[in-house]
Amino acid sequence: MPRRDDLHSILVIGSGPIVIGQACEFDYSGVQACRALKAEGYRVVLVNSNPATIMTDPEFADATYVEPITPAYVARVIERERPDACLPTLGGQTALNVAMDLVTSGVLESNGVELIGAGVESIRRAEDRRLFRDVMQASGLDVPRARFAYSVEEALGAGHELGYPVVVRPSYVLGGGGSGVVRTPDQLRAIATEGVRLSSIGEVSVEESLAGWKEYELELMRDRNDNVVVVCSIENIDPMGVHTGDSVTVAPAMTLTDVEYQAMRDDGARVMRAIGVATGGSNVQFGVDPASGRRVVIEMNPRVSRSSALASKATGFPIAKIAAKLAVGYSLDEIPNDITKKTPASFEPSIDYVVVKVPRWTFEKFPDADAMLGTKMKSVGEAMAIGRTFAEAVQKAYRSLERDLDGLAGGPRLERDELLARLARPAEDRLRLLEAALYAGIDEGSAARASLLDPWFVGQIARLARARRELEERSLEELDATLLRAAKQLGFSDAQIAAATGATQSAVRARRKGVGVLPAYKTVDSCAAEFAADTPYYYSTYDEQDEIAPGGGRKVVILGSGPNRIGQGIEFDYCCVHAVFALRDAGYETIMLNCNPETVSTDYDTSDRLYFEPLTFEDVMNVVERERPEGVIVQLGGQTPLKLAGALERAGVPILGTTCDAIDRAEDRERFGDLVADLALPHPPNGVARSASEARAVAQSIGYPVLVRPSYVLGGRAMEIVYEESSLERYMTSAAKVSPSHPVLVDRFLEDAIEVDCDAVYDGAELYVGGVLEHIEEAGVHSGDSACALPPFTLGERQVAEVIEHTESVAAALGVRGLINMQFALRDERVYILEANPRASRTVPFVSKATGVPLAKVAARVMIGATLAELRAEGLVPERKVGHDGIAHVAVKEAVMPFERFPGADAVLGPEMRSTGEVMGIDANFGLAFAKAEAAAGVTLPVKGTVFLSFADRDKRAVIWPAKRLADLGFHIAATKGTANVLRRAGVGVEVVPKVSGGSSADVANVAERIAAGEIEMVFNTPFGRGARTDGYYIRAAAVAAGVPCITTMAGMAAAVQGIEALLSARIEVTPLQEHLAGYEALRPNPGVV
Amino acid sequence: MTGAGALVGSGPPALLALQDGSVWRGRGFGALATAAGEACFNTGMTGYQEVLTDPSYYGQIVTMTAPHIGNTGVNPDDDQSERPFVSGFVVRELSGPHSSWRAQGGLDEYLVRHGVPALSGVDTRSLTRHLRSAGAMRAALSTEVLDASDLVDIARDSPSLIGRDITGDVTTAVPYEWTAADLDHRARCGYASGKEASPATAALLKDWRGPRSTVAAIDFGMKRNILDLLVASGFDVTVMPAHTGAKEILQGGFDGVFLSNGPGDPEPVSAGIATVRSLLGRRPIFGICLGHQILALAAGGATYKLPFGHRGANHPVRRLGCERVEITCQNHGFVVDEASLKGTGARLTHVNLNDHTVEGFEMPGLAYSVQYHPEAGPGPHDSRYLFEQFRTLIARFEPAHVSAAG
Ligand SMILES: Nc1ncnc2c1ncn2[C@@H]1O[C@H](COP(=O)(O)OP(=O)(O)O)[C@@H](O)[C@H]1O
Ligand SMILES: Nc1ncnc2c1ncn2[C@@H]1O[C@H](COP(=O)(O)OP(=O)(O)O)[C@@H](O)[C@H]1O
Ligand SMILES: [Mg+2]
Ligand SMILES: [Mg+2]
Repeated sequence: MPRRDDLHSILVIGSGPIVIGQACEFDYSGVQACRALKAEGYRVVLVNSNPATIMTDPEFADATYVEPITPAYVARVIERERPDACLPTLGGQTALNVAMDLVTSGVLESNGVELIGAGVESIRRAEDRRLFRDVMQASGLDVPRARFAYSVEEALGAGHELGYPVVVRPSYVLGGGGSGVVRTPDQLRAIATEGVRLSSIGEVSVEESLAGWKEYELELMRDRNDNVVVVCSIENIDPMGVHTGDSVTVAPAMTLTDVEYQAMRDDGARVMRAIGVATGGSNVQFGVDPASGRRVVIEMNPRVSRSSALASKATGFPIAKIAAKLAVGYSLDEIPNDITKKTPASFEPSIDYVVVKVPRWTFEKFPDADAMLGTKMKSVGEAMAIGRTFAEAVQKAYRSLERDLDGLAGGPRLERDELLARLARPAEDRLRLLEAALYAGIDEGSAARASLLDPWFVGQIARLARARRELEERSLEELDATLLRAAKQLGFSDAQIAAATGATQSAVRARRKGVGVLPAYKTVDSCAAEFAADTPYYYSTYDEQDEIAPGGGRKVVILGSGPNRIGQGIEFDYCCVHAVFALRDAGYETIMLNCNPETVSTDYDTSDRLYFEPLTFEDVMNVVERERPEGVIVQLGGQTPLKLAGALERAGVPILGTTCDAIDRAEDRERFGDLVADLALPHPPNGVARSASEARAVAQSIGYPVLVRPSYVLGGRAMEIVYEESSLERYMTSAAKVSPSHPVLVDRFLEDAIEVDCDAVYDGAELYVGGVLEHIEEAGVHSGDSACALPPFTLGERQVAEVIEHTESVAAALGVRGLINMQFALRDERVYILEANPRASRTVPFVSKATGVPLAKVAARVMIGATLAELRAEGLVPERKVGHDGIAHVAVKEAVMPFERFPGADAVLGPEMRSTGEVMGIDANFGLAFAKAEAAAGVTLPVKGTVFLSFADRDKRAVIWPAKRLADLGFHIAATKGTANVLRRAGVGVEVVPKVSGGSSADVANVAERIAAGEIEMVFNTPFGRGARTDGYYIRAAAVAAGVPCITTMAGMAAAVQGIEALLSARIEVTPLQEHLAGYEALRPNPGVV
Repeated sequence: MTGAGALVGSGPPALLALQDGSVWRGRGFGALATAAGEACFNTGMTGYQEVLTDPSYYGQIVTMTAPHIGNTGVNPDDDQSERPFVSGFVVRELSGPHSSWRAQGGLDEYLVRHGVPALSGVDTRSLTRHLRSAGAMRAALSTEVLDASDLVDIARDSPSLIGRDITGDVTTAVPYEWTAADLDHRARCGYASGKEASPATAALLKDWRGPRSTVAAIDFGMKRNILDLLVASGFDVTVMPAHTGAKEILQGGFDGVFLSNGPGDPEPVSAGIATVRSLLGRRPIFGICLGHQILALAAGGATYKLPFGHRGANHPVRRLGCERVEITCQNHGFVVDEASLKGTGARLTHVNLNDHTVEGFEMPGLAYSVQYHPEAGPGPHDSRYLFEQFRTLIARFEPAHVSAAG
């Protein structure tokens, strides 16, 4: 059946901020969907609070609402737009849950909105674990034995009945939130409490533990004619018990015979039919008993998911795009496979390579948190690699992780017993430990038994371990073409070969090229070469035949940002994609290099050519030597490409835009210090220490408190504020590996300073200021973790002018060509420079969204030689000198923290960045914009009830006014003794609540108990003395555990109070970006679109 | 300094040569021998054991596009016949240790045992792309003849598949019965808890409860899954040699006649074609693959050779008259010429959505057949209904005199 003509406008719901379990894969899917729907001529209405997404660029939808994805706000959008249909299956769990809410509350019906993609009933059947189970059994499918509980008591009963260990899984929760394998009633009590709370219907499934079984996923698509295809099968190398998102996975499945695979395929189709997903993509998970083959259905997601993003990138089958087309009436056979052109979408991709995905964790940022892997997803990103064999792919995947690993082989040297013990515990480096164990001579059988990993995979890793030995027994000279090729075919990087043979990486490279062992690039064609395909989607391998047609034209290579991690997320992919669009528009052939399967940049139709490759010197050089571009863009992909810039330049690769030396002058804080000194600009007193004693000396001379950190870090890694010498000692000994080559930087810490960001583009003569952003939290909270507003809401014109002047003089002095981000601290009328980043910053997308000027596009054009004047003539740059001059709205960016994923970690903001994503709130005034930003970040500002206050002495004076205001607004105030006394004296009515250390008695509950009991709407707590086991720590931990908003800075409190006032005074309104931006020069239509 | 077995892999040097002079070097496994045949590729990602033992591959050197082969070893249940029929086998990477709770040995020993030479460590994608563009051609694979030009000559001297009836080499010598008992065991294999078939599988292979009918299955290179599904669909099957005449079959008093898959060029299979021509209209007929082509020829149609054939498990086939698309298992180098069916009374029923070639037709009320493999093994189970359909045909069948049968 063709396109539905009874629909005219369609509401697409996005997935909001990047959180653990929901990352940029939903930007990729949203973009595909919006493009497809627009191409079909529908009016697309989009809601997504995440400013760093491509999908929220105004040209991807007809009305783009950067508003909170909550039932209340989406309902307002629906009332305003009256769309004919709502497509909720491309925005992850968030979109699905909101859609369900709107159905239950009758909003969709009363506004005559049809749910397309997946019906209410199917969503219920899939997400409600109990219903799901019934449906599965009714259609003859096997499922784990399970009981359902709606309270901790019921859960304990179930645990007793089923016998431990059991697994707990809540309904309607994403990323394994609130789930776990538990061995004792106590563990069960803890997990079930959280699970029941997190589940939007208060339901958890308690079931037999199948930990250790093989785990598989099928990605299926179904059309309205009931035709079902399997796009891809995925095998989890980590067996059941480790969340699929935290498992190393491989596609296609490696250890199933056709009999078993086809039976699983049948089950997959049955599940989809039973759940009743009428059209679109779904993900079905299976557990398989390795001893008997018993196969049970674990769950199904009636929507595109992280796995479907992986499946799309792994096969070249654009699941999201096709899901969107199916949703508006097409059937699979009516949609062409745009890779082969000849064949229809109703076929099953066949792949002749192996794809491996490895998750990326950032446990180093949560030292107090448990780093074991389980059913609750903890990774923040992932890298994918393609190779002709598993060995090649898995090695490439590990060197794509950017954890300074040159590949999988080369695991740590440990004692046999320790190796075996650690193999049994699922954790970050299990496969590398496996390689180390096999290298150390542990036999494959014992290794497989200890780890419960499938013997086939153990065998593959064993070969890598043996190959490493064989390499180590040889010198580079002894490696002839045959051996070198063999090593490369096993995925060994030049660096690994160098390490094994005691040669240098450049020597290995030279010899390799000398004997003619060069990579061949093969095409991802979805059909195993059965049909000719001209899709420019390539991966490298060391088989003989290369498939790349020599492309002519002026080429530019854009280096992507690799796996998501805290400190480097979707914002950088956004910038890279913009560069692609801008340069293609300017007539260049754009070549994208990246290894993150979740991104828009790795869609094969985003750039002219896509190389799905690790971002290492070796892999990048290979592509550059193959393509011979005019230049390489390194300043948009965050730290990843920047780290490579120097080596690339030394290898003679032209770097576009700002030179490597300029980048180094800014990134190397010592050189930067000199530069700022030469310019005579204010800069916090600072020094560099190459030893503990030097550090002490420096701190002495500049005076405490000081801020210490290793040089060359992003995201404030290992950065601390140190108030006295003793803590400095501790830091120097524990936190930082200080050495002459790795100095530690010591800055005077400016207390209570206002932090300001400035994002601008410099063309050598002129500076265009995208925006000046005023942070809400004071300096000392990492810029990535603090909320900020644009335009600045308290700064005076002189200060803004000064910020811009400083930015311009630094940009000029560095010789910036392209983007520059500067951070300042304002204190006692002075504007101190904190740092300059001559590259894309985290805030570029936010600034572009808020002002309607595509900074990254502008920068990309400047990098290839355009002047701002020329771009102004084109209309890409506005007449006004500063992006937010004369705009009528306020945009607030708020960071989203992952604390609930890391019980134990202290939920306090500091100089080390720990947020996973961000949201934007935009409205007429600061209060409303801030309230929206909070709502979007999942923090519901209360409008009544009890708020709890507990403040450090230094803040007790400042707290009086906001506390009074809260009381006036009708809140009941509770506080710890010290804070309460201050408030009483100031005439604020307040109830005293005992601290946790104050214990608790039968009649008075302590603060933690009150929070747990849900009697507190919001917590305000500024830390006195950082770290675990303080009272503040227990208060914050209780708040996080109970999901109660917790604000840890004075400035944050002041803003929250303004937000609450705004909520109480005004009715929420929603406005599309296009309307906010009307009146300012609109964006040029995006050439990259449709 | 120890060897470099882990790096370069084990096995003797071996060679694949095509008639056009191109060669691929790798390492041998399976039998140490020299074999010739027509080179072809299969794009299925699972099912190498089924492919090896499918008699339709007789006389061919098969390369799998899936890079890892041998992962799950071999087991007795998945054989499609009593032995491998391929002449030679070419893979990118032979798995070291295999892993499957059903495995009873490794692929290497298995091929040694059955005398099939194989080649590992070659760029099978480049081979596939070559066959795709240059077309199917004769080839030779050897662990003995390592001189390229010598092996190319062997390839050139090997007989072509065109114009030869090779069904005699693969058919059964004597008639035999196929019973439900045998199916029963195989139905339970693998899928499930070991004790019993998983519900889904039981459903797939549910035994026919109603009255059973009898079928004569002419064996041109029969796959076991076909027999299983016939039995599961309520037929008592008597398998007959390829050369069995119409008279003999008619005397057997069977309710229906089934024409099996098989290797090679259909046109020279004159005995089979003659048999079918005289059965057409007298007995309900159901044909698969070669059986389908033979039915077409018997009805007066024609066949031709595809440039490189269809071999895999992901080909979309449109079932005409409804909106269903079946994902099918395919293995054929020849195909029925659609135009040639005009005036034969045949009606097109299935079309390949990739290249729009004939995938099935029917002689309304009398016979029907499909080019692809509804029995799967390997491949998807989307087309199971074709076996039930045979019951309907038999129930409704009225003998007719077909002019084409002359
Ligand atoms: N019964 C079980 N026994 C052991 N592990 C399980 C069981 N059920 C689920 N798991 C594990 O928990 C993980 C998360 O469960 P799942 O239902 O997929 O959560 P989510 O909806 O977040 O994906 C699965 O990937 C699997 O590894
Ligand atoms: N001298 C200082 N005084 C107060 N706060 C500072 C100072 N230097 C840095 N900070 C705080 O630390 C955070 C991280 O420092 P920054 O130099 O931006 O490191 P990164 O390169 O990781 O962003 C800043 O956002 C700011 O809040
Ligand atoms: Mg899951
Ligand atoms: Mg910074």
